[in-house]
Amino acid sequence: MRPFHYVKANDLPGALQAFAPQNDPTNAAPSVNAATQYLAGGTTLIDLMKLDVMRPATVTDINALDQSKAGQIEFGDNGLRLGALVRMSQAADHEAVKSNFPVIAQSLQLAASAQIRNMASLGGNVLQRTRCTYFRDTSYDNCNKRNPGSGCAAMDGMNRNLAVLGTSNDCIASYPGDFAQALIALDAMVEIAGSAGTRMMPFAQLHRAPGSTPQIETTLTQGELITAFQIPNLPWGKRSLYLKIRDRASYEFALASAAIALDLDNGTVRDVRIALGGVSAQPWRAAEAEALLKGKPIDDTMLLAAADKAFEGARPKKHNAFKVQLGKATLMRALRDAATMTI
Amino acid sequence: MSNKAAPEPKANMGGPVIRKEARLKVTGEARYGSDMPVNNPAFAYLITSSIARGTIKSIDLAEAKAVPGVLEIFTHENTGELKKVSYGANGGGSTTSIQDFGPKIQHDGQIVGMVVANTFEAAREAAYKAKFAYDVQPPSAGFDSKGVDESSVKKKLPNAGDVKELYDAAAVKFEASYGTPTEHHNPIELFTTTAVWNNDQLTVYEPSQFMHGLKNNVAAKLGIEPGQVHTISNFVGGAFGAKAQLTPRTGLVALAARKLNRPVKLVAARDQGFTIATYRAETRHNIRIGAGRDGKIASFEHEGWEVTSRPDSYSVAGVEDSARLYGFASVKTGVTLIHADRNTPGFMRSPPVVPYIYALESAMDELAVKLAMDPIELRRVNDSMTDATGKQWSSRSLMKCYDEGAAAFGWSKRTAAPGSMSDGEWLIGYGCASAVYPTHIGAATARVQFNADGRANVQLAAHEIGTGVMTVVAQMAAERLGIPVEQVQVELGDSKFPPVPVAGGSNQTASCCSVVMQACDAIMEKLNGGRAETVGGGSADGVRQKFDRLGVSTLEQYSEFVPGDARPNPVVGLVTNPIKKLYDGVPTLVGGSHGEKLMYALGANFVEVRVPKYTREIRVPRLVGAFASGRIMNTRTARSQHMGAMIWGISSALHEATEIDERNARYTNDNLADYLIPVNADIKQLDVIMVPETDNSVNPAGVKGIGELGNVGTAAAVANAVYHATGVRVRELPIRLEKLLA
Ligand SMILES: Cc1cc2nc3c(=O)[nH]c(=O)nc-3n(C[C@H](O)[C@H](O)[C@H](O)COP(=O)(O)OP(=O)(O)OC[C@H]3O[C@@H](n4cnc5c(N)ncnc54)[C@H](O)[C@@H]3O)c2cc1C
Repeated sequence: MRPFHYVKANDLPGALQAFAPQNDPTNAAPSVNAATQYLAGGTTLIDLMKLDVMRPATVTDINALDQSKAGQIEFGDNGLRLGALVRMSQAADHEAVKSNFPVIAQSLQLAASAQIRNMASLGGNVLQRTRCTYFRDTSYDNCNKRNPGSGCAAMDGMNRNLAVLGTSNDCIASYPGDFAQALIALDAMVEIAGSAGTRMMPFAQLHRAPGSTPQIETTLTQGELITAFQIPNLPWGKRSLYLKIRDRASYEFALASAAIALDLDNGTVRDVRIALGGVSAQPWRAAEAEALLKGKPIDDTMLLAAADKAFEGARPKKHNAFKVQLGKATLMRALRDAATMTI
Repeated sequence: MSNKAAPEPKANMGGPVIRKEARLKVTGEARYGSDMPVNNPAFAYLITSSIARGTIKSIDLAEAKAVPGVLEIFTHENTGELKKVSYGANGGGSTTSIQDFGPKIQHDGQIVGMVVANTFEAAREAAYKAKFAYDVQPPSAGFDSKGVDESSVKKKLPNAGDVKELYDAAAVKFEASYGTPTEHHNPIELFTTTAVWNNDQLTVYEPSQFMHGLKNNVAAKLGIEPGQVHTISNFVGGAFGAKAQLTPRTGLVALAARKLNRPVKLVAARDQGFTIATYRAETRHNIRIGAGRDGKIASFEHEGWEVTSRPDSYSVAGVEDSARLYGFASVKTGVTLIHADRNTPGFMRSPPVVPYIYALESAMDELAVKLAMDPIELRRVNDSMTDATGKQWSSRSLMKCYDEGAAAFGWSKRTAAPGSMSDGEWLIGYGCASAVYPTHIGAATARVQFNADGRANVQLAAHEIGTGVMTVVAQMAAERLGIPVEQVQVELGDSKFPPVPVAGGSNQTASCCSVVMQACDAIMEKLNGGRAETVGGGSADGVRQKFDRLGVSTLEQYSEFVPGDARPNPVVGLVTNPIKKLYDGVPTLVGGSHGEKLMYALGANFVEVRVPKYTREIRVPRLVGAFASGRIMNTRTARSQHMGAMIWGISSALHEATEIDERNARYTNDNLADYLIPVNADIKQLDVIMVPETDNSVNPAGVKGIGELGNVGTAAAVANAVYHATGVRVRELPIRLEKLLA
C-alpha cells in the first residue's frame, strides 16, 4: 500500500467535493487507475491497495452516508429501494427482501463470508473487481485492465475462473459478483448522484463489455456516486432463486450461477428472467433464452434449448471450457428448481 | 465427563485431559513468534523474484530508498557474509535458494531482497518501489515441460520375488496411472522471524518444529558458534513440515539485525509463503497388479515420479510403505525424480504416504471392482503379518479398523453398482481406503525435577505445534511419578532446554514420552531405594516421606534416550552418537520399515459423497475414520489430530492444488481465496473411532505416532466414493467438478 490522503465525507455534497476540479484535476472516470476513489466497506478497495494494484492518491470515505437515505431499505408500491450503503448482510436478512425477492436475498447470502457481508456495501458490491489472478498480481505487466495496451496474461494462462461469455480479444476477466445477477434479472434501476445532479439508469447499462477498452468497466463518469438501486415490483418475484455452483460449499466465488425469476401458468412459462454469473465478463442477462421459453412448458427439451441458446456465443479457453456445460447445467437446474418451488 | 470432543478412553488409552495451554490459546494470550515483544524493532518486507529462471541484470533502489523510514535494503550485493550450508543427505535440505539471493534465479518467488524500515508500511511500500531487471531464460515448470532433467532415487527400495512371472501367470491383471498435484502449506501463522542481538549473542524467535536444528543451522549460515544462538518458539500456529527446516529468510533477518544494530521483525506475506518455504511436490504413479480370482495379490509393481528442483534430489519415495501394506507375494518398486526450475519441495503432513497410498488405495478399489469383490474383503484377503521381503509386522490391526469403521459407517447399506444409490437429484457414493503411517522414534533428552511438595517440572525442547505435546508429556510424568497431572509443569519450545528430535515423522509423542518416562523412572528408583515402583497414590504425605528419608527436598534427573534401532540405516545415514548429533541439530529417527520389524499405525477411512446429476459439485456429508496406533496418551488431543487430518484428506481429494503457469513456471493461485481448502460448511458429520491396540515393542512408551495418519488414504476413499456415485474414475487429484462433467 502507498500513502494516500484520507477524506471523510459527512454527506453527499461532501463526497462529491473530492472530485471537484481543484481536488481532482485528473477528470478521470472511475477505474482501477483513477486517482480518487470512494471508500465504502473497503473489502475490494483496500484489498487491491494492499496488493499495489490500486494506488489512489485520495480516498473519500462515504460510510457516513449510511445515515441518509443511502443507508436505508424501503419497500412499497414503487417497489424495493436499496440504498447503496446498505450492508450486504442487512439486505440479505431483510424480511421484505426475503419474501418478495428471494433471488436478491440469496445472491447476497451465498456471497463471501459473514464478516465480509457485514462490512461490504451494496454499492461497492456491484463495483467489485475481477478476481483474475493476473489482474491481481502486479508482477505481470501484461494486463489490459491495469496497463491498457499491454496484453492479457490470462488469455493463454491459468484461466479456470475466467469468463466464456462477453469476453474480447483483450480481456477474459470474469465479473465475480453475485448480487448484480439478481439486479439485472429484475430490471433494476440504479440511482446515481453527480455534480450535475441525480440520474436514473437501467442497471443493465452500468457495466460495460470489455471490448478493446477493458480498463473502462462502467459507464459512470468522474465522481459519480451510486446512491441506490430501485427494483420495480414484480408480483411473481416470489418465485425466484439464485443457484450458485462452486467447488466448496461456502466462501467461494461462483464457477457458474443463475438468477431466475419465473412466472408459471400451469407448467407453462408466462414470463421468465434469467441472469448468469461466474461465466461472463459483466453481469449477464440471457434475454434470448428468456424469449425462447416464453409460452413454452418447462420440460427437458425446452430447458436444453434455452441453455444452448444462452451459451451460443461462448468463447471457451483452455482451462475454463467446462464452464459452457456447467453453465448450461446450472441454468437448467435453476429453472427446474424454480418451477418446483413452493411459495 | 466424556463427550464427542473428549472421548471415553478404552483399553491402553489415556484420559481426555484438557490441553495445558488451552486457556492461553482461546483467550489470545499464547504468544507466537512474531508476538514476542522486543525493544524498538525495525520491520522487514521481502522482495521476491517475478521470474523462475535467469539472472538479475540490474537493481534500481533509488525510489525505494527514498521512502521515508527506510533503513536499508538487502540484496545479494550486500549479504555476502552469509555462508553456504549443505543440503540434507537425501536432499530436501531446505529451499533451493537457501544459498544466496541472486544474481542467479532458480525458482519463482525467490527472495531477491529485503527492505528494513521503521514501519511495516514503509518497508512494504519500498518493496513495491524496488526495481529488479532480469535476463530471463525459459524455465521448465514440471512433468510435461521441455528441458527437465531426470535422476533416479538413491535409496534402496523394496524389491522381492519375481513380479513378472507372477504377473504373467495371474488370472486377473490390472494396471493404471495416478497423479497428485503441488500443494502448499498455508499455515494460518505466517512465516515469521524476529532476530535480536545482544553483543555477539543472537536470539531468534521463529515458529519452528526443531529448536536445535534451527539453532545450529542459523549459526552455520552466519558463520558463528551454535553456542551464540538461542532459538525460541513457544507456540507454533500450523507447522506440518513447513517449519521443520532452515529457510532463506532466517539468516537474512539475523544479518540485517546485526548490521542495523537493532531487532528486526519479518512477517512474510501470504503469497510469499508459497515460494520462500517448502511444499508438497506433484507426483505420478504407475501401478500394476496381478491377482488370483480369490483376490490374493501375487505381483505388485509401483513406480513413482516426483518433481524436484534442479540442484536438490529431495524425494519422498512412498513405495517403501505401499509395497508393504499388504501381503503381496512379490513386489517391484522404483522412483524417478524430475528436476525442474522449481523451489525444492519438502515435508508436508505424511509426505511419503499421502501420494503413494492414494495411488495404491485407488488401485485396490479398482481391482475390487474388477474382481466383483467388496473392497473391504479384498483388503482382508491380502491382510498379512509378513511383507513380500519377509519382514514381520510388530502389530497390525488393519482389519479391526475396517470392521469397527464399517459398522459405524453403515457400509452394509452400500449397493455395489456405481450410480445405484441416490437421493433425488443427488447421486450417493460410499468409499473406503486404508490409512497407514510408519511409527518413528528418535533419540531424545529431557530434564525432570521432582519436589518434595509433589510438584514436578519437565524441561525439553519439544514443539507445541498444536499436537498437544505439552499435555501428553505432563500426563506421562504424572503417571510415572504418581502425582496429579495438574502438578506437572512442562517447559518447551526453547533451545536452552535439552534437545528432542524434529517434530516430524510423527515421532514427537513417542520420543518425548519415552525419554520423560525414563527420567521419571530414574527419579522413582532413587526415591524408592532402587525399586522402580511409583509413589503411593499421589498422596502428598507419601511423596514427602520418601524425600525426607533421602534427606533432600528435590531430585533432578537429566536423561538421554536412544532407541534400540538407532543404528546405521538408509534414512539417516551412518549414526555414530545420536545424542551428540541431536545437540548438533541432526535428529536420528528410526522405525517404520527400517528396523527389525515393520512398525506402523493403521486405520480405515470411510466417506460418503454426494454429487448432483448434472452440475456435479462434490460434497462429503459424512466421514468415519477408525485408527489403531498403540497407546493413546490422550483421547482428546488424539481425536483432534485425526479429525484435522481427515478434513485435510477431504481437502487434498477435492480442493487443494497449486496452479502453475506452464509458460513461466510461476504459481498463480497463491492466496487463500484461490487456493481452496474446506470451510466449516463442507464438513458436516465426522466420526473418529480409536481402536484399542497394545504394542510395547515399538518404544518404551508404547506409542505409535498419529499426527500424520488420518489424512492418508482419505483422498482415495473420496475418489472411490466418487466412482461409486457416478461411475467416473478420476485418477488425478484434486477431483474437481469439471472432471465429472461428461
Ligand atoms: C475473500 C473474498 C470473497 C468474496 N466472495 C464474494 C462472493 O462470493 N460473491 C460476491 O458477490 N462477492 C464476493 N466478494 C466481494 C465482496 O462482496 C466485495 O468486495 C464487496 O461487496 C465490495 O463492497 P465494499 O463496500 O467493501 O466496496 P469497496 O471496497 O469500498 O469499494 C469497491 C469499489 O467501488 C467503489 N465504490 C464503493 N461504493 C461506491 C458508490 N456508492 N458509488 C460509487 N463507487 C463506489 C470504490 O471506490 C471501489 O473502487 C468477496 C470478497 C472477498 C475479499
